[in-house]
Amino acid sequence: MTTAESKIRIRGLSKAFGDKVVLDGLDLDVCDGESLVVIGGSGTGKSVLLKCILGLIEPDSGSIQVDGVETIGLGNADREAINAKFGMLFQNSALFDSLPVWENVSFGLLARRMTTRPEARRIAVAKLAQVGLTDSVAALYPAELSGGMQKRVALARAIATDPEIIFFDEPTTGLDPIMADVINDLIVKITRETAATALSITHDMVSARKIAHRVAMLYEGRIIWVGRVEELEDCVEPHVDQFIHGRAEGPIRMAVRA
Amino acid sequence: MNPLQPVGALFLGFLGTVGRLVIFTGQALAACVRPPFYFRSLLSQMVEVGYFSLPVVGLTAIFSGMVLALQSYTGFARFSPEAEGAIANVVVVSITRELGPVLAGLMLAGRIGAAMAAEIGTMRVTQQLDALTTLSTNPLKYLVAPRIIAGVVMLPFLVLIANIIGVFGGYLVAVYKLDFNPTIYLQNTLDFLEPEDVISGLVKAAAFGFIVTLMGCYHGYHSRGGAQGVGAATTNAVVSAAILILCFNYILTEMFFAR
Repeated sequence: MTTAESKIRIRGLSKAFGDKVVLDGLDLDVCDGESLVVIGGSGTGKSVLLKCILGLIEPDSGSIQVDGVETIGLGNADREAINAKFGMLFQNSALFDSLPVWENVSFGLLARRMTTRPEARRIAVAKLAQVGLTDSVAALYPAELSGGMQKRVALARAIATDPEIIFFDEPTTGLDPIMADVINDLIVKITRETAATALSITHDMVSARKIAHRVAMLYEGRIIWVGRVEELEDCVEPHVDQFIHGRAEGPIRMAVRA
Repeated sequence: MNPLQPVGALFLGFLGTVGRLVIFTGQALAACVRPPFYFRSLLSQMVEVGYFSLPVVGLTAIFSGMVLALQSYTGFARFSPEAEGAIANVVVVSITRELGPVLAGLMLAGRIGAAMAAEIGTMRVTQQLDALTTLSTNPLKYLVAPRIIAGVVMLPFLVLIANIIGVFGGYLVAVYKLDFNPTIYLQNTLDFLEPEDVISGLVKAAAFGFIVTLMGCYHGYHSRGGAQGVGAATTNAVVSAAILILCFNYILTEMFFAR
């Protein structure tokens, strides 16, 4: 795979906290327009990987290129320009609880001065409709919404600026199976409609099978397997086999103590 | 194990904290003067810090003024039965120079510093600060700068009002409990008061406003570990602000009055 095809190209990414090595020379390519899901157990560094790409954590070494532009070590202004391409759905939604729903959704638009407040509200209502919410929730505050509705609002916020790349951090965690499926459907629908590149991290295999074009398995700080989602079931790699079938016995030993 | 090891670890930890605080202060000050500015948040913070602190600061001031008049009278009466003239002077100078700014600063540390640490700390542990960054908004500019500016601007106004209320508290006790002559009391108050007394108090107030909001934001910003972490951040914000206020109160007093 060449750099030109990769929307995001990660090489040799390493990050340690103290003497705990989380990412250990990780390589990963995300192609333009595809939906890649990174699977892996809790505490294997999936979130750290996302945070490194978003610039929330400075990696110790390695390279992250977005559209061929190196993003590590960027100044604030350049970093904001790169982040303008991103939309992010946080694990627990991370809605701003001091702002009403519509201001949450249009926050990125207003922060980048892309529009006026009345126009931002109109866009927010349109984005809310896209995730299946009526305009009656626009004036509510996040605390007044259920977990599933918060997730939808967070999704609307992630797509409000029409990002080229959308990150999904454990999109179904904490939702009941039906609501999880609704959110999975929405993710599939929205990434298809907007032709955005999607990078998700999850340990929910139902979700991974539904939203992924390709799946990558993160284990001990490296990507140990990448393949199309159809190849997942026939994968003979013992770590992947153990993980996707959720067996306690196998090469992966759960660390009981951190 | 080497017995010096815990001492060294403690010292290194302390240096790390000081370093983080200095860097945070520099970044926060830079955020206060560099665009973009969030006037909407600034306005709501000014209302929160200034207007909604009035009852707390006012009540603190009036009782402090009252007790000051009563205590100076009972104290001075031991030395001279004609202590009346000194009471008004003691009250007005103590309030404007010391009690106004220090008590208002301490009350604000409890009311505003704690709230800021809890709010920003909760935003940290629920990833709202990360969300701000990914939405092209610098949390230091959006959250910290408006709070610090509001603290530095509004606390002097609060202290000015606290001064008036405190002197009025002393007046109430002097006139209605100790049967002083109201005209002479007010005359003594105004004659003895120098502009320097009030100005030094207001400069202190601005410094304390900075300390309270900086500590609230710093501890909130660096909180981690869920509800317990936010609780610790809130406690640390109040305690460190209170200690720094008392410490800088001495330093500023030394700068203004020691010669």
